[in-house]
Amino acid sequence: MPAGKIHVAINSDQDIVLARQKGRALAAELGFSAVDATFVATAISELARNIVAYARRGEITLQAVRGSSRQGIVVVASDDGPGISDIGQALRDGFSTSGSLGLGLPGVRRLMDEFEINSRPGRGTTVTVKKWRQ
Amino acid sequence: MEVPILKQGEFLIATFQADLSDADLENLRRGLVQQVVRFRSRGVIVDVTAMDVMDSFASRTLREIALMIRLRGADTVIVGIQPEVAFAMVQLGMTLEGVATALDLEEGLAYLIEKFKNID
Repeated sequence: MPAGKIHVAINSDQDIVLARQKGRALAAELGFSAVDATFVATAISELARNIVAYARRGEITLQAVRGSSRQGIVVVASDDGPGISDIGQALRDGFSTSGSLGLGLPGVRRLMDEFEINSRPGRGTTVTVKKWRQ
Repeated sequence: MEVPILKQGEFLIATFQADLSDADLENLRRGLVQQVVRFRSRGVIVDVTAMDVMDSFASRTLREIALMIRLRGADTVIVGIQPEVAFAMVQLGMTLEGVATALDLEEGLAYLIEKFKNID
C-alpha cells in the first residue's frame, strides 16, 4: 500500500486537473476498477472546483487506507473559506450560490462510498470522502 | 491548449484532449462558436473520446456549446463519451439533456448527414 499523504494545493483551475490526475493515479495503483477510478477522479474534480469557486484556495489530500478487509482511498478537501451556513441545503441537488456549479456535493456523495462534511460560517469547510476497492 | 478543429464540408469536427482545464474549455467554447460562424457550418461533432473525466463544469460547457451552436441554426453531436465517464456523469447528475450524442465519430457523421439530407 502506498504510504503517506499526497497533498495538492488548490489555487486555480489547473490545480483541479492536477488533483484529479493524482487521484486517478492512486486509484489505479491500488487496483481500483476503471469505473471506480473515474468516480474518484470526478469526485476530486468537483471538490477541488468548490474550493476554487467558494474559497479561492485550499488543499486536497489523498491517502490510501486499509479497512478491516479492504483497501480504499480517502480524499480530504479543506479550505479556510467562507464556510457553508446551511449544509442541508448544500447537499440538495440543484443548489448553488456561486453560479459556477450546482450539483457538486450531492453528486460527490453518490460517486463515493462515504461522505462527511464539516463547515462553519467564517471557519472554512472540510469534506472527507472515501471509496473502497470492490 | 489548442484544440484541433477540422473542417469537413459543411461540418466541423473538434477533438477534445484529456486533462482540459476550465480555461481550456472556455477557450474551446469560444473558438468553436467562432468557427461555426466563420464557416457557416451546419453541423459540429465534438469528439470527447480522450476525456477521462467529465465533471460538472465540462458537462455544462459541452451543453452550452451545443445550445449556442443551435442558436446559429446548426446542430452539434457529442461523440465518444467513455462508458465509465458516462456512468460518473449520471451519478453526478449531468445528463446533457437535449444534446445529441453518438457512439463514435462515424456514427456522429452519419447522424448529421441523415439530419441534413432532407433539407438539401
